[in-house]
Amino acid sequence: MTNSWTDIKNTDLVIIMGGNAAEAHPCGFKWVTEAKANRGAKLVVVDPRFTRSASVADYYAPIRQGTDIAFLLGVINYCIANDKVQWEYTKAFTNVTYLVKPEFGYQDGLFTGYDEAKRDYDRSTWEYQIGEDGFVKVDDTLQDPHCVWNLLKEHVKQYTPELVSRICGTPKDKFLKVCEMIAETSARDKTMTSMYALGWTQHSKGSQNIRCMAMLQLILGNIGVRGGGMNALRGHSNIQGLTDIGLMSNLLPGYLTLPTEKEPDFATYMSKRGFKPMRPGQMSYWQNYKKFFVSFQKSMWGAAATPENDFAYDYLPKLDVPTYDVLRAFELMHQGKMNGYICQGFNPLMSFPNKAKIKDSLGKLKFLVVMDPLETETARFWEDHGEYNPSTPADIKTEVFELPTTCFAEDEGSLTNSGRWLQWHWPGATPPGEAKTDAWIMAQIWKRLVALYKKEGGAFPDPILNLHWPYADADDPQPAELAKELNGYVIEDVADPTDPTKKLLEKGKQVASFATLRDDGTTACGCWIYSGCFNEQGNNMARRSTDDPDGTGAYLKWAFSWPVNRRILYNRASADLEGKPWDPTRKLLEWNGEKWTGYDVPDIAPTAKPDVVMPFIMNPEGTSRLWVRGMMKDGPFPVHYEPFESPIANVIAPKIRGNPAARVFKDDWASFSDVSKFPYAAVTYRLTEHFHFWTKHARINAILQPEPIVEISEQLAAEKGIKKGDWVHVYSNRGGLKCRAVVTKRIKPLICDGKTVHVVGVPIHWGFTGEAKKSAGTNSLTPFVGDANIETPEFKAFLVNIEPTTEPVA
Amino acid sequence: MNIEVSRRHFLKLAGAGAAGSAVGALGFESAEAMVAEHVRPFKLAKTTETRNTCPYCSVACGVIMYGKGDLKKGEKAEIIHIEGDADHPTNRGTLCPKGAGLLDFVQAKTRTKTPRVREAGSSEWKELSWDGALDRIARHIKNDRDANFVATNKDGVTVNRWTTTGFLAASATTNETAFMTYKVVRSAGMLVFDNQARV
Repeated sequence: MTNSWTDIKNTDLVIIMGGNAAEAHPCGFKWVTEAKANRGAKLVVVDPRFTRSASVADYYAPIRQGTDIAFLLGVINYCIANDKVQWEYTKAFTNVTYLVKPEFGYQDGLFTGYDEAKRDYDRSTWEYQIGEDGFVKVDDTLQDPHCVWNLLKEHVKQYTPELVSRICGTPKDKFLKVCEMIAETSARDKTMTSMYALGWTQHSKGSQNIRCMAMLQLILGNIGVRGGGMNALRGHSNIQGLTDIGLMSNLLPGYLTLPTEKEPDFATYMSKRGFKPMRPGQMSYWQNYKKFFVSFQKSMWGAAATPENDFAYDYLPKLDVPTYDVLRAFELMHQGKMNGYICQGFNPLMSFPNKAKIKDSLGKLKFLVVMDPLETETARFWEDHGEYNPSTPADIKTEVFELPTTCFAEDEGSLTNSGRWLQWHWPGATPPGEAKTDAWIMAQIWKRLVALYKKEGGAFPDPILNLHWPYADADDPQPAELAKELNGYVIEDVADPTDPTKKLLEKGKQVASFATLRDDGTTACGCWIYSGCFNEQGNNMARRSTDDPDGTGAYLKWAFSWPVNRRILYNRASADLEGKPWDPTRKLLEWNGEKWTGYDVPDIAPTAKPDVVMPFIMNPEGTSRLWVRGMMKDGPFPVHYEPFESPIANVIAPKIRGNPAARVFKDDWASFSDVSKFPYAAVTYRLTEHFHFWTKHARINAILQPEPIVEISEQLAAEKGIKKGDWVHVYSNRGGLKCRAVVTKRIKPLICDGKTVHVVGVPIHWGFTGEAKKSAGTNSLTPFVGDANIETPEFKAFLVNIEPTTEPVA
Repeated sequence: MNIEVSRRHFLKLAGAGAAGSAVGALGFESAEAMVAEHVRPFKLAKTTETRNTCPYCSVACGVIMYGKGDLKKGEKAEIIHIEGDADHPTNRGTLCPKGAGLLDFVQAKTRTKTPRVREAGSSEWKELSWDGALDRIARHIKNDRDANFVATNKDGVTVNRWTTTGFLAASATTNETAFMTYKVVRSAGMLVFDNQARV
């Protein structure tokens, strides 16, 4: 989230699209209710289902899953055509005036540079024109046909209300009503918040779904203001934290990136991360990259990371492919190219697409380690559970370890919520049986590897043997010790350059924030964006003051928010070029002639002049990007692509299946469902009584929603002869499950490109362990393909068939 | 430190007072006081309260856990009740149907309690000691790493990577656990490393 849960109360309009906060994030949704009750804010919901969010909306419009980009480009087109643009914001704070290379082009769903065989683009024409002064060329009059504004205008004009309706199945009048409501927030003193979740991410173009709304929010001037923003309602309690700390194949903590094998040495690596400002006077904060990187290396390898060895640059593995995401991991496993897998609090057999492929893959491993507080299906993939998990254990040679871990009630530490608040929590219970914390288990594994490498030698043991291990009890690193490493500390005294008798930094102290980190090895910091969380003031994540001056919803003394306790990202954009708030009644920051003051920590240097330094300091442009250059794999603008499994052909580019830049593994093409045999558009989702595959282990939740169900419309039920409560078989080209049918008015058929499209809704929560009734698993149905940029599987739009059946034999 | 439970201290006081003479001080009239004399002490009054956050979604609602026993005093402790933290700015004491069932997660029959192994081809679990399990796991990891570690690629570039064992990180563990995990996984040169951000 750019903003926070409590900030939602400041909005004028909430749009929930790609999520269902009332059911999936109920206690956060209360802030929508607050905004409606106290500010007269309106709620718009756009969703294939009439969800509980929709049931309290001021306006609901149906949409076919997987067509959000067509809808949103249509809204942008409406705003441009009707001059509903916050012009002062858009001209100053976005790249609309920038000129793009004249070689760039777009036709029939493809941009210049497409290579069909590689399913990839040569993106060299997607860049700006650079002037002789080294800066990007601009046209402040917006007359140049190659300026971003004119390219955008041209790109979206195809998405007329008629075309949107034809693709999305949204009736034209409903689409136009949503457009009108959104467009009103282009006024200087009006704003809208976008609340989205997996309904936008889990598509083969998920990144572009979100980008498309971000573009709309920018031309409306709704980013960086109270009650505005792009607000990702994240699923798990610390998925924000795990991502921030970089537990992904290609990341280092704090969104630094792992080197690739094309960067054989540190100098080459840094040369690609220079981040020189692209416009005069801009901050381009990533110019500090080296300070963050070197400080990270020092936190990893301490004294073994020296200027002479480029701070142990060779200790980092170098990537040969863009990512080793989960889909690639299971593809490699399926090909027999992996031997071991360790799952920490994760249940891939239930959570990943195409369960049959996942099960086969796990059976090809030599060893599988599962660390979990609950008995997961993954740890039991080899067990025979009849039609829920047919198996012949004797044929499966994988050695499986199950390690009992603590749960939240027995563990101490911080979790980062959607609004980037790091909240410390305390343990209150003794772990059951012999359960241990994950941190203890990881430390024990490392300790044993060190002992084995010391005794036997082996492949390049240096990074393991030299791992910095500054813990009082080497066997059991404590949460506070680890939090202090994340914050960062001073390794050597640094003299004050203006007065050598004074120390700028004192050895052994915690750094105050990332502003003091250095690139010479005198500071260490595990995750620069978390710096400030546990400094010399103490554990700021444990703060629990409910102070909130003037009731802005910022709560600056409650826990710690990254970066540097900032509550709203890009908050300098809440004020105009003179530094005055767009809406004086919702002031966030204000320029007092010398510096920025207000209710939040400024997201800019405190003395940066409002008419010079632009708000998007992480971009070398200083502005936000309506045109994203070559930074996304599938295009500098979003395009409507159908899901890989779609009930209709792409009406703007009939020859293109799915996202043309999305990766598909060779064997998976044959596993896709075709509309001729699988005519219904399916979507998976969560119920309010359950959380993923955990709460079926909790008795009360298992009682509330005891068994797998599928939701269908009355019309489809009539066509198929299915009555409410009947047993049905739902199946795709990959597998199926039996469950009871819920026949509901909440789902209605849509008319798309002249054809009736039936939507089939499949909640995900059941498996074959826990207290609830058994299921073969909803992900028996789903396709093994991910988003072109970040490989999130396409769980939200695929094809199935459905037939009446009889109750399964237990 | 940082645990402000004024409202609940009041409940404690009220609970303890009901059995004693402090009710008058709380403003009860004598008739009410006589009734109060017969009311059982508030069940949670003798529990230890601990602040935590809900482990499910990313709203991160504040919760108060009520336990028998006090971990800080080195005692064994068992949670007997969990409710929303009324002082938390986001949830203000409310919980959803998931969070309201947290006690049944903590006390689930299917909590894992002891390290176990399922041997190749076997159809049952066998209990292990922690040392027994961790020694075997470390041996597997080292054997695979030593056999498949790639020090240089075909062009002779130092790559120091290992792709035949993977790690899938949790997303309900703490940031501190995440960093411990990061250190151990990355220092081994592992690249097949991902988390729950995608599902």
